[in-house]
Amino acid sequence: MTRKLEITGAWLLGFIWVMPLLYAVWTAFHPAEFATHFSLTAPLTLKNIESAWAAAPFARYFLNTTILVTLILVAQFTVCTPAAFAFARMNFPGRDIVFAIVLMQLMVMPDILLVANYRTMARLDLVDTILAIALPYLGSAFGIFLLRQTFRQVPQELDDAARLEGCSLAARIWRVYVPLARPTYLAYGLVSVSYHWNNFLWPLVITNSVTTRPVTVGLSVFASTDQGIDWSIITAATILTSAPLLVAFLLFQRQFVQSFMRAGIR
Amino acid sequence: MRKETLQAWALILPALLLLVAFTHWPAVATLVDSFYTTPKGSRPPRFVGLENFTDLWTDPVFWRAMHNNAIYAIATIPISIVLALAMALAVNTAIPGRALVRMAYFTPTMLPMIAVANIWLFFFTPDYGLFDQILAPFGGGRHNWLGDTATALPAMIAVAVWKEAGFFMLFFLAALQAMPPDLKEAANLEGSSRWNFFRRVTLPLLMPTTLFVLVNAVINAFRLVDHVVVMTRGGPDNATTLLLYYIYEAGFRFWDTALASTLTVVLLILLGLLAWLQFGVLGKRIHYR
Repeated sequence: MTRKLEITGAWLLGFIWVMPLLYAVWTAFHPAEFATHFSLTAPLTLKNIESAWAAAPFARYFLNTTILVTLILVAQFTVCTPAAFAFARMNFPGRDIVFAIVLMQLMVMPDILLVANYRTMARLDLVDTILAIALPYLGSAFGIFLLRQTFRQVPQELDDAARLEGCSLAARIWRVYVPLARPTYLAYGLVSVSYHWNNFLWPLVITNSVTTRPVTVGLSVFASTDQGIDWSIITAATILTSAPLLVAFLLFQRQFVQSFMRAGIR
Repeated sequence: MRKETLQAWALILPALLLLVAFTHWPAVATLVDSFYTTPKGSRPPRFVGLENFTDLWTDPVFWRAMHNNAIYAIATIPISIVLALAMALAVNTAIPGRALVRMAYFTPTMLPMIAVANIWLFFFTPDYGLFDQILAPFGGGRHNWLGDTATALPAMIAVAVWKEAGFFMLFFLAALQAMPPDLKEAANLEGSSRWNFFRRVTLPLLMPTTLFVLVNAVINAFRLVDHVVVMTRGGPDNATTLLLYYIYEAGFRFWDTALASTLTVVLLILLGLLAWLQFGVLGKRIHYR
């Protein structure tokens, strides 16, 4: 009896949790008159998607977001890997203090330092560039911490063997540590991409033109200005902007879930 | 200096420079700015000591934001953590359609908050919105959920809980799956009730995970304001103004950098205090494996 109740509860909760998405899909693919009334015979249409696509430069926004997340990902990997290695496997005076300073970013994220970072970007003449959206996130305490934990688990003997073979420091990192940390890179990459694909407040502040806005900011501009309250078109645009990540998630569900967990537990 | 020391610093330097330039330095710069007036036109900023803080002390919107953020945190943190734990426990057993349910819980995590806000905006619309339609048959009249000071903040809380719970579930799920199965077998042999087992074994073992989730939930309670920007813009009558939203408004709608910096310093102090509480006080009482 309690078991049945639990299962029903779990399902009900699940239903509530997907309902906003299901509803958005429904509205996006049906004519406006069916937006608030559900009928199995309602005709399907792509008109809302077409109108949304035509009403704002979403193609450009997608391009901007793609450039942004790629830039962040590549830079985070190249910057965090050597730092993580130094913290994991090298002895030098001040290591623990510097590591503590790095970890402070876990609590004080760039997200809340909008005003000071905006001024820095203004000084560097970078306001309204994609680089400016990315810069505050390139040195990532989370990435350094995650990779350091992984590197510490690499057997020391492998490293010693590479050293005996005459490998340089760079070669040891590249040939021994990076390949063994591949799952962590995947996990960190997925977390990073979905975080920055969805990020909003800083991009909103630092961009003000079509050529730099990521999709999230583009969507908010689109939904707040021209559309009035045409919900069908707004939900169509909403689905449009979430679709790439959502499709990727459905295709690689297992990897996504495992990656998010891996990024969290250590 | 030793060769290894030099090498290590060379490896760390790029990351450290970026971190300092865009996290530590702006934090210090914000503190400095909070002692100066906002530069206007050709007038340079003027040192005013603690005047910005005394002004803040008498700013009713600031207290409103603090009050709102406290309620927002006190509601979203425990509700999302308890729901996340319940979700994890549910999908950790062999219920029918487990993969589907787990996916349902997790979908909000993959959606941009901004997109989610648009959908919820519609749910809360008077008359046409989902909530009014559901309540209509039960005699509920037209209700302006986001336009009413009594329901606007709870609406923001609901959206935040919905967005976060599935994400936190993953961490509990990972911890549950890492638990040795012989514990459960032993408890079954001893005839321990399910509730007892949960309270005496599962929950204590989940404490490190709970601390981790708690840290994330606390940070999010101060960081997650995207939906406020889209759904209410802090309104009605500042009923949904949260601290970070007020910072955004002060900095980029009023262009009052002194106010924005002072607010940011308050937020930094708050986060620092909370970090100290969590790791200093709570952390010591939690048993790590």
